[in-house]
Amino acid sequence: MGDHGDGHSEQGAVAKAGQSVAEKFQDPGIPPHRPRLADKDPRAAKRAERQVAILFGISVLGTLLFFWAYFGVRLDQTVATLRLQNLLLGLGTGFAMLGIGTGIVHWAKALMPDHEVSEERHEIRSEADRVAAVKIVDEILDETGIKRRPLIRNTLIGAVALAPLPAIAMFRDLGPLPANALSHTMWKEGTRLVHDPTGTPIKASDVTIGSAFHVIPDGLNEMTEGKLEAKAKAVVLLMRLNPELLHPSAGREDWSHDGIVAYSKICTHVGCPVALYEQQTHHLLCPCHQSTFDLTQECKVIFGPANRPLPQLPIKIDSEGYLVAQSDFHEPVGPSFWERS
Amino acid sequence: MSAVTETTYTPETSVGRITNFVDERVGGSGILREFGRKVFPDHWSFMFGEVALYSFVILLLSGTFLTFFFDPSMAETHYNGSFVPLKGVEMSVAYNSSLNISFDIRGGLFMRQVHHWAALLFVASVSVHMLRVFFTGAFRKPREMNWVVGGVLVILSMAAGFTGYSLPDDLLSGNGLRIIDGVIKSIPIIGTYISFFLFGGEFPGTHIIGRLFTLHILLIPAVILLMIAIHLFMVVVHKHTQYPGPGRNDHNVVGYPLGPVYAAKAGGFFFIVFGVVAFMAAAFTINPIWNYGPYDPSPVSAGTQPDWYIGWVDGALRLMPGWLFGFPLEWHIPFPWGVNTLTLNVLLPALVPAGIVFTVLFTYPWLERWITRDNREHHVLDRPRNAPTRTAIGMAGFVFYCVLWAAASSDLIATHFFVSLNDVTYWLRGLFFLGPILAFIATKRIALALQRKDREIALHGRETGRIVRLPHGEFIEVHAQLDDYKRYKLVGFESPEPMPGIPNSKGIVTKSEKRRAALSRFFFEDRVAPATPAELEAGHGHAEHEAIDPANHDAKSISH
Ligand code: HEM
Ligand code: FES
Repeated sequence: MGDHGDGHSEQGAVAKAGQSVAEKFQDPGIPPHRPRLADKDPRAAKRAERQVAILFGISVLGTLLFFWAYFGVRLDQTVATLRLQNLLLGLGTGFAMLGIGTGIVHWAKALMPDHEVSEERHEIRSEADRVAAVKIVDEILDETGIKRRPLIRNTLIGAVALAPLPAIAMFRDLGPLPANALSHTMWKEGTRLVHDPTGTPIKASDVTIGSAFHVIPDGLNEMTEGKLEAKAKAVVLLMRLNPELLHPSAGREDWSHDGIVAYSKICTHVGCPVALYEQQTHHLLCPCHQSTFDLTQECKVIFGPANRPLPQLPIKIDSEGYLVAQSDFHEPVGPSFWERS
Repeated sequence: MSAVTETTYTPETSVGRITNFVDERVGGSGILREFGRKVFPDHWSFMFGEVALYSFVILLLSGTFLTFFFDPSMAETHYNGSFVPLKGVEMSVAYNSSLNISFDIRGGLFMRQVHHWAALLFVASVSVHMLRVFFTGAFRKPREMNWVVGGVLVILSMAAGFTGYSLPDDLLSGNGLRIIDGVIKSIPIIGTYISFFLFGGEFPGTHIIGRLFTLHILLIPAVILLMIAIHLFMVVVHKHTQYPGPGRNDHNVVGYPLGPVYAAKAGGFFFIVFGVVAFMAAAFTINPIWNYGPYDPSPVSAGTQPDWYIGWVDGALRLMPGWLFGFPLEWHIPFPWGVNTLTLNVLLPALVPAGIVFTVLFTYPWLERWITRDNREHHVLDRPRNAPTRTAIGMAGFVFYCVLWAAASSDLIATHFFVSLNDVTYWLRGLFFLGPILAFIATKRIALALQRKDREIALHGRETGRIVRLPHGEFIEVHAQLDDYKRYKLVGFESPEPMPGIPNSKGIVTKSEKRRAALSRFFFEDRVAPATPAELEAGHGHAEHEAIDPANHDAKSISH
């Protein structure tokens, strides 16, 4: 290990582009050590010693605070006591840790020697090592005879290339194949539109102009299996507009009932629920990436990253005046995927 | 070779006897001799790597505690814990157990908060550490491979964070998964299959939390641990870099010995990081899952944010329009077997920005090595200003990232500053292209200006703020000359010049060599050479100013 000020001796060995050594400033070497207060004054050293001890003492108090908070605070099912306990446990732990940490660092900075020292770097790979290693590898390869026996080499390569394939194939049963699962939902002819999450059916007369309902298909709540998967495709938004504002395209004229329209709530971008309805503008807004759909243009995208309109659910009323679906959606809902045509 | 060593050493104390027993069997003395006084350079910016390491340790500790109580099952259950508003609500066992950790295990909420804050700090410190390494040129030979290991760690840290964020199965984390599912489905040909395999069927299914749990607590931490081991091993092999300054060069390492000072500072710092994380967990609520409710595909609230490190990907999804000047970005391609859908409006933002960032990140050391044709080892860091083009490239990348990151909060920016959301998006789309260019130009100018200022100070000293009046009435400011040590810090750097194309062995300057020469010009044509002793001499000899001796200090002189 060197001592300070030996920077001189190592100067200039590297070829520096652009400037010759003579044009450069000489490295003056490591600056002389400046004594700290505690190095010069025993009283200052004593003071630092006491400060370190106090910091360690604070850590002890922090640990005690933790125990007091853990056993002393009674949780009474309110968030307030929970927060209080969390605060005290955290303060206890924080002081316990910071006391130790700052104590040690202060000790190191104020009292331990702070002389900078210099050490030589060593070659990462010496040329002698390289030569020796190459020789060893050659000998090893020679002893295996792999170069002289290509048959062994080639069959080994083939075997090693094939052997991992079963490990990949084994993941096949992670899940079923998609088949056409993404193309249909729970909705079918006559399925009632019911409130999400209560499940009460909706009469056309309940839907006033300007209102928007969150809707699920009747029977969803009663499902015991696959409920969330069904819900993730079937949720619908129901709104009523002045019928003159709707501009149904050919074939869709009878998909609404007296200005009441139902659209898939699953964003065609990457699938968030399109939850925000702006009454005045008749826009639906997806909170995730702000795709905006215009109800008066069959939910065409007017802003944002989505590309396709929200699929419309054709609806009608049944004999009791409740809103029901005419059929399933006519296209897959939600984000696009390769097989979607 | 077969000599049996007979030690005559007999320790006196019992501690000594135990130590000696172990030492004779593992050879600890040799290790201690090698490392006990090893020199480590010190600088505040070397702290970020340490923060990353320590927050990972905190994650291991707090995460292990959580595993004792967390149940990654997606079976349906009805809540019956202490949090009254959710009593009787149907939810997954995973969410239920996260609520129980929060409300019914004493200190459980604290551990969740420690874990989450440590996770945010972990990703942040890994990222800032990487920026430090980039801007100081620490990735140069011999450390290129360790830079790649670091890049892998950045990706792994984000993966660890995202898989953890999804575990509690609350409304927000479920929505995050839904977005991931949508992105996966946009992958051509295999996307739908990946989605079905990952979720074990249709989204959300009943498998995903369990699978993410295995990734989160086993696979990803194990790989991170392995990478950290490789990373630190290489740090020991290479020894740490050091900032330029008097006495430091590429052949030595100047700093404090490991024992005691460096070890004490670094060890103490672990407790400081832990303490700070504990204070954050105490005072600032993070991820109050009981406010969000269980995952349900129907509700969502506006203004919610993913964890910060996911923001840039989410922001990219937001910035990409679904239609570009009337052209749809979703293509329906007619193949002989039928129509397939290519969802560029999702695929491009999910892949391209991250692809650019990580491609540049992983190849940059080789790119710069090729351009500079520099095959020397570098152990002395560059001050960022002394590598203006590299620093400018780094800032361009940083601004690129920040624009995407800001875009993830476009709705909050709009509501906070009362501007239209659409305008915020349009501006950010513009900045996506312009921001990096402006950042490049501005950074390069600033770096060159700082270099010029350094030159000025090295040659003429610092302004003291003291004005004196010369006998003939002129007012001038007294400049204090630097001492040799301070001056060397400002002048002891290399300023490479553009390197023209070099003919190969056949005497031809190849196409790729011409390209390299052009890039070399781009890198180094704007340069400020470090001040030289001759210039300093000339400056002292300026005739138009009389040298007065304002104080007793010999190192002070007057200059323009
Ligand atoms: C490697 C870095 C890691 C990161 C970045 C990370 C990140 C996260 C995050 C952000 C959460 C959500 C916390 C919440 O708000 O509830 C989480 C949850 C969790 N993590 Fe980690 N984690 C890491 C390592 C680990 C390790 C090593 C373990 C266990 C050995 C672990 C066990 C858990 C458990 C059990 C949960 C769920 C607990 C709950 O939500 O209540 N984590 N993690
Ligand atoms: S999911 Fe609706 S805009 Fe992205």
